[in-house]
Amino acid sequence: MRIALFITCYNDTLFPRTGQSVVRVLERLGHTVEFPLEQTCCGQMHFNTGYAREAYPLAKRFVEIFADAETVCIPSSSCVAMIREYYPALARENEDAGMAAAVDSLLPRVFEFSELLVDALGVTDVGAYFPHRVTYHASCHGLRSLHLGDKPLRLLRAVRGLELVPLEGLEQCCGFGGTFAVKNADVSAAMLTEKTRAVLNTRAEVCTACDNSCLMHMQGMLHRQFAGVRTLHLAEVLAGTEDVLG
Amino acid sequence: MNLVQLNPPSPDPKTAPPFPAAAKIDLRDTQLRRNIARATDTIQRKRAALVEEKKDWQALRDAGAAIRREALRNLDGYLLQFEDRFQAAGGTVHWAANAAEANRVALDILREHDAREVIKIKSMTTAEIGMNEYLAQHNVTAHETDLAELILQLGGDQPSHIVVPALHKNRQQVREIFARSMGLPGLSDDPEALTAAARQYLREKFLRVKTAICGANFLIAETGGVTIVESEGNGRMCLTLPETLIAIVGIEKVIPRFADLEVLLQTLPRSATGERMNPYNSIWSGVIPGDGPKNMHVVLLDNGRTRVLRDGIGRQTLQCIRCGACQNACPVYRQTGGHAYGSVYAGPIGAILTPQLEDMRHAQSLPYASSLCGACYEVCPVKINIPEVLVHLRARVVDRGRRKLASLFDQERAGMMMMAAIFASSRRYEAAQRLARTAQRTVRHGDAWYHWLPGMAGRWTETRDLAPLPQETFREWWQQRRRS
Repeated sequence: MRIALFITCYNDTLFPRTGQSVVRVLERLGHTVEFPLEQTCCGQMHFNTGYAREAYPLAKRFVEIFADAETVCIPSSSCVAMIREYYPALARENEDAGMAAAVDSLLPRVFEFSELLVDALGVTDVGAYFPHRVTYHASCHGLRSLHLGDKPLRLLRAVRGLELVPLEGLEQCCGFGGTFAVKNADVSAAMLTEKTRAVLNTRAEVCTACDNSCLMHMQGMLHRQFAGVRTLHLAEVLAGTEDVLG
Repeated sequence: MNLVQLNPPSPDPKTAPPFPAAAKIDLRDTQLRRNIARATDTIQRKRAALVEEKKDWQALRDAGAAIRREALRNLDGYLLQFEDRFQAAGGTVHWAANAAEANRVALDILREHDAREVIKIKSMTTAEIGMNEYLAQHNVTAHETDLAELILQLGGDQPSHIVVPALHKNRQQVREIFARSMGLPGLSDDPEALTAAARQYLREKFLRVKTAICGANFLIAETGGVTIVESEGNGRMCLTLPETLIAIVGIEKVIPRFADLEVLLQTLPRSATGERMNPYNSIWSGVIPGDGPKNMHVVLLDNGRTRVLRDGIGRQTLQCIRCGACQNACPVYRQTGGHAYGSVYAGPIGAILTPQLEDMRHAQSLPYASSLCGACYEVCPVKINIPEVLVHLRARVVDRGRRKLASLFDQERAGMMMMAAIFASSRRYEAAQRLARTAQRTVRHGDAWYHWLPGMAGRWTETRDLAPLPQETFREWWQQRRRS
């Protein structure tokens, strides 16, 4: 399958290894990855902060760039949620019939990374090896907007050497929420404290998720505390193999 | 026993501090946070078990949403129908455009009956209009009879939750309030002893006071019925013993048909208190000779609701049946409790209702008091898409600001405009990525993480580190790989 990668602006800039891992996993499974270089941002940050007017051109941009893609892979639940939940409404509000039709036609081809693997490609064992104790954090958008359910867990359970430990309070938000983390920094920190406590209680070495935004937030506090836990996007866990030359 | 009853003013969104500032104070209250987390955990656990056993729960949510939407779509018609039926059955309906009018109507009725005291059923609507305070100013004493409201009234406190208004207090604190205000120094903190003390205190009021004020869970247009559900029976006392009953009800509370209760009385108690059914379900449809109040009044309150109805996305807020499930599920409310919202309506529903009732002129920080995690929407029994409304209201806040000159100097706005311009072109975006890395090289050495950042980003580094920008972006790696 030809898979167009929408890396997302913050993965591109802050987490290039996540993108590299997505490419590695998909190519290992025999697919062709494309990366349209004109892509930038889906508009989520603007839209969620109240700048819907500024978000709209970005939404249009995304739809134009990916309109002809066979399949779109996005390693970020919140960006997929933005596209799925709010692009149709944005098109409607802007009374843009062309955009509405383009969104309708594009949406069935847009997948979050774990969705793509499990639903579209029908794989759970991607041939990964990751000999570490790992806990999985369900991001809110993955949990409630995309209904990822146990898809990421099924992928993790198939990883050789990986010891999966459940995270208590899985459905509780980590307190990131985009600009919420700075606009309500104190409440955000209180929420994050609860989340990192749960992570530490698992005694995992690695906390993984389908969203680097949550992970960046959790890693921020864990790093401050010298807690000895690192965070890795699901794709990075799945990219690991026993092949020392890989 | 001469008790001093405090009626502290209801929180006023017009003067309340912004949510982040108020929250910061409550976050330091360790007892409050423990009480809130315990109480919300307990209710959520009970709710989840009861929802689990209803196999048709999602269908019930759909049906509940449909009923409420239908009521709002034809609100004028259903209200007139209610008025017609209720008055035909011997009741009186009053229309109040705002808080002042509703308070005035109630006071006039009380004066007509020479009432110097009233007993009250728990009602968020009367809290919204500051009724107790108003009555006190006009020499009428309002006695709260709901156990939690009594705790708050005797403790000079304000509700922090729409269903369990005193959930921020634990029983040791309740004991202290009762012991002090009822003059019972030896009172134990055993729940039975506490309820017995309240019972004794309240019975005397029930038997003596001839006028009651209540709210309503639903008004039934078809039958002219006023529906009140409760758990303690104190409400039933207020509904049956007095001669005069005044219900203050928001206009959005009307439902079309009696049969609609079939849905709503399944979802409301499960969502609100984690019960299959409320122990007390009362429906009063006018005056019945020899049974219950002889004079029944319903005051229909607008107070900004008609305006909310005009907003295509915001109007779903009025579907709310005040179950409080969103508050229990909210991770923000869980940390702060209700007082930080500066409104009688706290939590996710308060964050969307309050600014709309205030015509977006006040409480502008409330739509931002959410991480948009969606837990509220998931539990809402009438499917109010609270995250959607929150984001919509944020846009209304931002759009109001666009017209102001001061917005030119707003750090957030400037940042958002700059980012929008950068994201509009991939060349500009790549240039910005390179520029950021160059800037980083001038201030950083090696790979050290950021422990301090200037401006708004500094709020991040108060409690969190930030990794430095990596040596190369994904797209640089991709292009490099293509070339080789």
